[in-house]
Amino acid sequence: MPLKPQTRHKLVTALLLGPAGLWLFFFLVLPFIAILVFSVGKRGPVGGYAPAFTFEQFANLGTRAAAFVNTLELAPVGAFSCLLVAYPVAYYLAVKVNPQRRLLLLSLVVAPFWTSLLMRTYAWMYLLGGRGIPHLLELVGIENVRLINTPGAVLLGIVYGYLPLMIMPIYVSLEKLDRKLLEASYDLGAKPIGTFFRVTLPLSLPGVMTGFALVTILLLGEYLIPQLLGGGKVFFIGNALVDLFLQSRNWPFGSAIAVTLVAVVVVILTIAMRLTWRIAGTRKVDLV
Amino acid sequence: MALTSSNDIEFRSVTKKYGALTAVSDINLSISKGAFLALLGPSGCGKTTCLRMIGGFEQPSEGTIHIAGREMNGVAAYHRPVNMVFQHYALFPHFNVEQNVAYGLRQMRPRLSRAEISRRVGEALAMVRLDGFAGRRIHEMSGGQQQRVALARAIVNRPSVLLLDEPLAALDKKLRTAMQIELQTLQRELGITFVLVTHDQEEALSMADTVCVMSAGRIRQLGAPQEIYDRPADLFVADFVGKTNRIEAVAEAGGTVLRLADGSAMSSSAHSTGGGAGVPNGKVTIAIRPEKMRMSRAAAPGPAFKGRVTHRIFLGSVTEYAVAVPGLGDFLVTEDRNGLATDNMVSPGEEVFLGFPPEAAHVFPVQQP
Ligand SMILES: Nc1ncnc2c1ncn2[C@@H]1O[C@H](COP(=O)(O)OP(=O)(O)O)[C@@H](O)[C@H]1O
Ligand SMILES: [Mg+2]
Repeated sequence: MPLKPQTRHKLVTALLLGPAGLWLFFFLVLPFIAILVFSVGKRGPVGGYAPAFTFEQFANLGTRAAAFVNTLELAPVGAFSCLLVAYPVAYYLAVKVNPQRRLLLLSLVVAPFWTSLLMRTYAWMYLLGGRGIPHLLELVGIENVRLINTPGAVLLGIVYGYLPLMIMPIYVSLEKLDRKLLEASYDLGAKPIGTFFRVTLPLSLPGVMTGFALVTILLLGEYLIPQLLGGGKVFFIGNALVDLFLQSRNWPFGSAIAVTLVAVVVVILTIAMRLTWRIAGTRKVDLV
Repeated sequence: MALTSSNDIEFRSVTKKYGALTAVSDINLSISKGAFLALLGPSGCGKTTCLRMIGGFEQPSEGTIHIAGREMNGVAAYHRPVNMVFQHYALFPHFNVEQNVAYGLRQMRPRLSRAEISRRVGEALAMVRLDGFAGRRIHEMSGGQQQRVALARAIVNRPSVLLLDEPLAALDKKLRTAMQIELQTLQRELGITFVLVTHDQEEALSMADTVCVMSAGRIRQLGAPQEIYDRPADLFVADFVGKTNRIEAVAEAGGTVLRLADGSAMSSSAHSTGGGAGVPNGKVTIAIRPEKMRMSRAAAPGPAFKGRVTHRIFLGSVTEYAVAVPGLGDFLVTEDRNGLATDNMVSPGEEVFLGFPPEAAHVFPVQQP
């Protein structure tokens, strides 16, 4: 039986979007609704969730203020450190390197993703620990260097782990940059440094913003790296969530924290997009 | 210095190679101050490369380029007194019109005052008739308007030379014709040397005061538009600039007699020959412009070939006819309205006689390989 073109068109669309749609519905939308419901509930007598409609969980957020502050500090600082390291690499890959070697270097950038972040973070633990780099330094006479369990170690682990996620979007937007614009800038008398700050950097901002938002958002939920390399002395939202859901089994309070975190993410994303549109001058610029 | 001061740009034996490919080969060219020069040639012949070497985006592999008497090899683009209108405009998408135009002024040292910058930006925008558009974003402008912004962005710096790379190629025909006139007016008003790259012979002939015809990285002819059209230096120029009918022939008796393929002969004393020198005995090609051809229903005195009209194309002010002549091939004939009255036009299928005045024939020796 032949289908009418319109019916056919709808069917094809449904088949294309169906799997992802169902997936998102069951594993993102439904859980989020559950979390929303939990967040206005009460803790059951033996933990878990008891139905209720109260905002007392949100009123209690203050007790975890330290985790929020630490997270809201770690995420942007970590993302910014990532950016400082990633931009020159992305610039080199997109502008300077000769095209034949580009593919190889790009695959080296993502190569670390072939092993799990946990393994690689353990490797750093060893490297920074007493039998790693400090030991080598002792051999050449520099003693009492402490690397592991310092803020520096956490930052290093974060930059290392998230670097590819920052490099890629910046690389893409630099790669798209029309070289004629740079020539136009030189033609109008601007030297290379001026050209970088007035043309290259502003036009790569969509990539910078994407990378920054991506890494910031992921860092908001990060707790492994601070735990392993920072000695677990500083608490983050991620730690709080693990604790509330798995140990103290206070699901409603955990849900309230999770909802607040999502709200923060939405705000950050919105600001980042607005800012990018403003600077890039057009809404047609996509966030890559 | 004194010797070259009347020339704004000089190419001295300039060659540009990209690896094994020679894009531009041994160019010698002087462009005098205030000239409007068109570099004309088919795509890939090296026009843009020449322009980019003046702008400082490419360095010659051999030879030197001088601007205003100063040798420019090794001088960066941002230190050259020239500005360029790029092929696809290359406007900064993150700046508005005003910021685009002000870009060059902001780079000037010593710094210009804000008032000075905004005054000059206003002037430049007025000159390209874009007053009132200062605050617009680039993507809100039409192609024609973007083209004017690009122009304003270049001339606002008062360069001694303005380089234009196919500036009108992206515009529709009507707009293109209007811009041709505007560019010409602008050039006269500013007195800036213009170097325009184009593959459109009409554009080159109508705008420039000097046309430089190029092919395969070399200059084929340099001269005023009429000169190029009326006295092409070789067959390539004759073919590329305007339309041409070709007749193969053999020159005899020291080039004074031309014997055509159909056996007829014509005396060649009045013919124009490429460089003015005579034609040696041997194979030659005779080139005649379609509008110089005479077509009639009855045989006229002088050289004439009998043929049959195969197509008629009415173009408004003129009509083009394709005429097949046995033994000599197809001819293109352009008649204006005075030639054959409109109500008495020759129709396809009719038999006609073709002729041409001897002085309209250009005779070129066929290059023996
Ligand atoms: N950057 C480049 N690298 C290699 N070859 C080039 C480059 N630029 C131009 N060419 C080659 O040089 C020749 C002349 O190019 P171009 O000057 O752009 O011609 P035109 O402007 O007359 O169309 C062409 O064969 C082109 O492929
Ligand atoms: Mg070109």
